[in-house]
Amino acid sequence: MDKFETLYEALANLDGFIYPNEIALNWDLLIVMYPYITGLVAGAFILASLNRVFDIKALRPTYEISLLTALAFMLVATMPLISHLGQPFRFYEMLITPHLTSAMAIFGFVYLWYLMVVLLLEIWFDYRYDMVIWSGEKKGFMRFVYRALTLWVLDTSPESRKTDEKIGYFITVVGIPSAFLLHGYVGFIFGSIKANPWWSTVMMPVIFLFSAMVSGIALVMFIYMAVNYLRRQKTDIFCLDTIAKYLFYILIIDFTLESLDQIHRIYEADESFDILKLLVRGKLFFTFFIMQIGIGTIIPLSVLGFLQFKKPRERIRKILYLIVSICVLVGIFYMRWNVVIGGQLFSKSFYGFTSYKVDLIGGIDVWLSVLWFVIPFFILAFLLWLLPPWKKAEELPHE
Amino acid sequence: MPLQVKRLLLAFAVFIGIMLGLKYFLTPDSWREYGPYRGKALIEIADKVPKYVDMETCIMCHDSIGELKIQGLHKSIQCEICHGPGYLHVDEPEINKMKLPAGSEFCIQCHARNAARPDKIIKQVDAAEHSEGENCISCHNPHEPWL
Repeated sequence: MDKFETLYEALANLDGFIYPNEIALNWDLLIVMYPYITGLVAGAFILASLNRVFDIKALRPTYEISLLTALAFMLVATMPLISHLGQPFRFYEMLITPHLTSAMAIFGFVYLWYLMVVLLLEIWFDYRYDMVIWSGEKKGFMRFVYRALTLWVLDTSPESRKTDEKIGYFITVVGIPSAFLLHGYVGFIFGSIKANPWWSTVMMPVIFLFSAMVSGIALVMFIYMAVNYLRRQKTDIFCLDTIAKYLFYILIIDFTLESLDQIHRIYEADESFDILKLLVRGKLFFTFFIMQIGIGTIIPLSVLGFLQFKKPRERIRKILYLIVSICVLVGIFYMRWNVVIGGQLFSKSFYGFTSYKVDLIGGIDVWLSVLWFVIPFFILAFLLWLLPPWKKAEELPHE
Repeated sequence: MPLQVKRLLLAFAVFIGIMLGLKYFLTPDSWREYGPYRGKALIEIADKVPKYVDMETCIMCHDSIGELKIQGLHKSIQCEICHGPGYLHVDEPEINKMKLPAGSEFCIQCHARNAARPDKIIKQVDAAEHSEGENCISCHNPHEPWL
């Protein structure tokens, strides 16, 4: 109710009956950004794993970019939550007091495991040899930085590289269930809230996971093209075709799962169904049907499906891939929006609605959300400068 | 054990040590006093100044309106539902005036015909037909609304 000074103001935002604690949304745009950003991390990592574990060689040019993208977004994944809490002087308490009594409080464990044990280790083993070489080439401060990053392990023997390779492979294998855990966990937070029929479904972790993979793969596709454009390098069209193929497959699974969830709701038609029907047809019409399903799913599916059968000229394909990646990223954002905001718009009495408007002027949540989405791109630019994938040494020949 | 693994284990040991140190020094004193949260949070929440002061406080000054109101159909509705929170008004009534609801639009938030509303508890009218543009309070006294 803090947003409304009087009941009169609050009532102007409502339709029908609603409980007092449902009038103002507690979770705003920043909480939409949280699953969106973590989804990008998990998705980008899973694309990297496709190359490493399943040995899909066509995806090799995107391997390091995927890992660094995952890291760049992972570093800010907590920021939407922290800024939403609005306690800048004790935000760190969230990270130093994890416990097992609530799904949300487990975040500290999940985050640390994924960041420290999976992502950083995998990148470290992948780059260790190169960092040793670069430390030899650089002078002064940068030499020290690279040496420190190698933890002063300057061994460049083929045996040490083989060890890096083996451990890196093992971490990637562990990393796949970890990435599933990370985003499945975010879906679980919503899916486990049994009082909310829009959220409470066992499908939620799986849906979140597949939508995460879709968005992460689209993001890496976009970044791969953007990086090549900025470096004035030729984009490997075979690699793009392969990414697009996997994006197409996973988008089909994602769309099927989400459709299954909705069909299940429609057929089951329990006591909450009437209000959810009004919600989807009314307040969520634009974000659900137009943005999530139309722009985010139907258009990419049609374009990618078409490209599986017919291959236009390379230039046209690139433009289509660029458009598809943006469409998917927008669509998945609206998927998160529909879950987070949609779940708070209807009353648990099932007799009324509240409303939510994003304050474009004067609303701090919008600017913070934009900030937390833009900063990872700068972090990524820094990481690509520090650890350029295109300057890496040749891989060891596989035996 | 390969050298890089040894170094990593050492780095992890240092990291875990730092984390434990941070946990030791930065964990709030009252953490887990009652459960997995700051015990002092309860006091902080309890110390907040209530914004709504309750009808009994209003009646201490506005006794004539109070007498009228407790006889009417709006007797169970708190004054501050229509007039806004009164915590500032109680301290400085001349400076901090209470809000006066603006016109019929306020009344029909509750009294407009709506199939979802229980008709027996809240009287409902078709506003346009019922008042023909007249302000509700021209006929009804909100402190003692008659039918």
